Amino acid sequence: MKRHLISAADLTRDDAVLILDTAEEMARVADRPIKKLPTLRGRTICNLFFEDSTRTRISFEAAEKRLSADVINFAAKGSSVSKGESLKDTAQTLEAMGVDAVVIRHHASGAPYRLANSGWIDAPVINAGDGTHQHPTQALLDAFTMRRRLVGRDAGLGKGLDGRRITIVGDVLHSRVARSNVDLLHTLGAEVTLVAPPTLVPVGVENWPCEISYSLDEVLPKSDAVMMLRVQRERMNAAFFPTEREYSRRYGLDAARMAKMPEHAIVMHPGPMVRGMEITAEVADSDRCTVVEQVANGVSIRMAVLYLLLGGSEPAVTTARTEENK
Amino acid sequence: MSKILIRGAQVLGGEPQDVLIDGETIAQVGTGLSAEGVDTVIEAAGQVLLPGLVDLHTHLREPGREDSETVLTGTRAAASGGYTAVFAMANTFPVADTAGVVEQVWRLGKESGYCDVQPIGAVTVGLEGKKLSELGAMHESAARVTVFSDDGKCVDDAVIMRRALEYVKAFGGVVAQHAQEPRLTEGAQMNEGTVSAELGLGGWPAVAEESIIARDVLLAEHVGSRVHICHLSTAGSVEIVRWAKSRGIDVTAEVTPHHLLLTDELVRSYNPVYKVNPPLRTERDVMALREALADGTIDIVATDHAPHPHEDKDCEWAAAAMGMVGLETALSVVQQTMVETGMLDWAGVADRMSFAPARIGGLSHQHGRPVSAGEPANLTLVDTSYRGVVDPAHFASRSRNTPYEGRELPGRVTHTFLRGRATVVDGKLA
Repeated sequence: MKRHLISAADLTRDDAVLILDTAEEMARVADRPIKKLPTLRGRTICNLFFEDSTRTRISFEAAEKRLSADVINFAAKGSSVSKGESLKDTAQTLEAMGVDAVVIRHHASGAPYRLANSGWIDAPVINAGDGTHQHPTQALLDAFTMRRRLVGRDAGLGKGLDGRRITIVGDVLHSRVARSNVDLLHTLGAEVTLVAPPTLVPVGVENWPCEISYSLDEVLPKSDAVMMLRVQRERMNAAFFPTEREYSRRYGLDAARMAKMPEHAIVMHPGPMVRGMEITAEVADSDRCTVVEQVANGVSIRMAVLYLLLGGSEPAVTTARTEENK
Repeated sequence: MSKILIRGAQVLGGEPQDVLIDGETIAQVGTGLSAEGVDTVIEAAGQVLLPGLVDLHTHLREPGREDSETVLTGTRAAASGGYTAVFAMANTFPVADTAGVVEQVWRLGKESGYCDVQPIGAVTVGLEGKKLSELGAMHESAARVTVFSDDGKCVDDAVIMRRALEYVKAFGGVVAQHAQEPRLTEGAQMNEGTVSAELGLGGWPAVAEESIIARDVLLAEHVGSRVHICHLSTAGSVEIVRWAKSRGIDVTAEVTPHHLLLTDELVRSYNPVYKVNPPLRTERDVMALREALADGTIDIVATDHAPHPHEDKDCEWAAAAMGMVGLETALSVVQQTMVETGMLDWAGVADRMSFAPARIGGLSHQHGRPVSAGEPANLTLVDTSYRGVVDPAHFASRSRNTPYEGRELPGRVTHTFLRGRATVVDGKLA
């Protein structure tokens, strides 16, 4: 694996499967009475958030604490930092304080890449979402959720998502979740279809390893998992679609549409959901919807990523699979 | 004044000849000229002698952004790059939209002594696109402004553009348009295409440039004016200009060196040194631009030299300023992309980088003149066999934001003469 985790496209199939398998081990820790491992004791991790995201930040923080790392949270509203201290100065300040890894969320696409590759700092950089570019740990937790549900918790170990048909619906244009998922799911052998109104598909999408469809109803019966992306209401002011009502009618997932999906198929959402827009309450609260599981899995995935990037040679969990860790 | 003999230079890339400079003018061009009474002899065998280069599109940043460039440092950079005249863009602070500001820039140019500075006046007050600046007053000022541009911003209002095109006819002016439809480029960060889709950076679609060019050539035709298109960057723009010229419309166009060489693939590094407006485009666009420059559809090379301080580039992509310095590398890039590919000979380079820009900008009485007896001695001597790696530490410009750092480029300006006075000697500023 590379030193940093910037893009889901940087992961080989072996890397991705190793992370998913490691996350399964981490998930077992959550079932123990004491949910803590000593793996990163004495290490300091900074969550550097230039954009508000309570969910992602507390997910990383939970993962870091379960691995016994010391955690520094740095919340910098984009505007105040961009007017004053630069990303470079902020990063160098943190490094001078002895930070061992930086988890960064930034509103500018490419900011984590710059942080990792400009010689500003030495610490490993983990991208927790940058602009409309990438959100690799989200893609990993989504793949983890799919593998558990569609292949099996134990049966899935060592495996990818070969032949599984995944449909991603919504604002692809502005979505780092869609980009990361397309890259990772393709690496893991899944067949991905993006469904969106043409206004919300980026120009240049033809090079992506996936299919594009404008019709949700045609794709649903051929889907093993359907991932609904959040659609911001403001988009309609920029003429991406006429009205909320029309969007819901054409691209929203309601019970009638869900019934067209195969029995075993699941509904996913990266959250936060806009109920009544891309997903009805009935679907969001159904057994087939994995939103809450995704949140739980997010902690396991982030533990796995932090362990693999920082933990080095020691086995994370002293149970099975030690031989695979060498 | 001194006498200088340049011996054995290939004038415009032709047969070796001697050129005798006496004072401010070229006294004699021929073979076997006598060195008697000459103060300085320059052995120029194997080097190419060009008319002093003329840049129709330079940002000198003074007044207002002297931290990135001044008229003095910018003209020193120009001389290093072989230029004897530059047109200074109007987007300074304050904006060059009055006779006072253009005269200030013009006077600073005179004082610098490294190359002639011809100010460009803003088309509209404050570059805001709403109200015409006092174009006539700028023309009648000491700066004698004939080129008007809101460069950096597009004159997007069709009526304002039409009026500007019409109004400057009274004194032979020309409007240079920065073609960028503003609504189509809100939040634009790079060329819109396969790379922007992957990188998640806001797209700057080719159509935003092409639609404005199409509109403006039709406006120029309708009102019988001439129009100049700044930094044309797409294959589609080339086709529109080609069509307009075939129709007899009085349009001229420029291309920057970077659009002749670099593509949007470089943006994958997220290194803002590649952030520029208009953005780097695709390989297909680069090839179309080279062909258009070769066949004359694009009239000139203009640098769009845009200095920025280090901190404006040493940051994340979205926060970075747009623009690249170009004066000191332009000729080398043109040699690599046009001469060494066989698309243009040195006479062609002299046309695209000296004769034609001087003509478009109304400086033909002084610059872009033939290399022959009686002409002003504005000359550039180039060692075309030189190969070197670009090191911005050696730039005369105050800024270092070059996309060519570490890249090997051919050719080196060894001497530049401004009215007979050497501004560059043996590759160093005099």
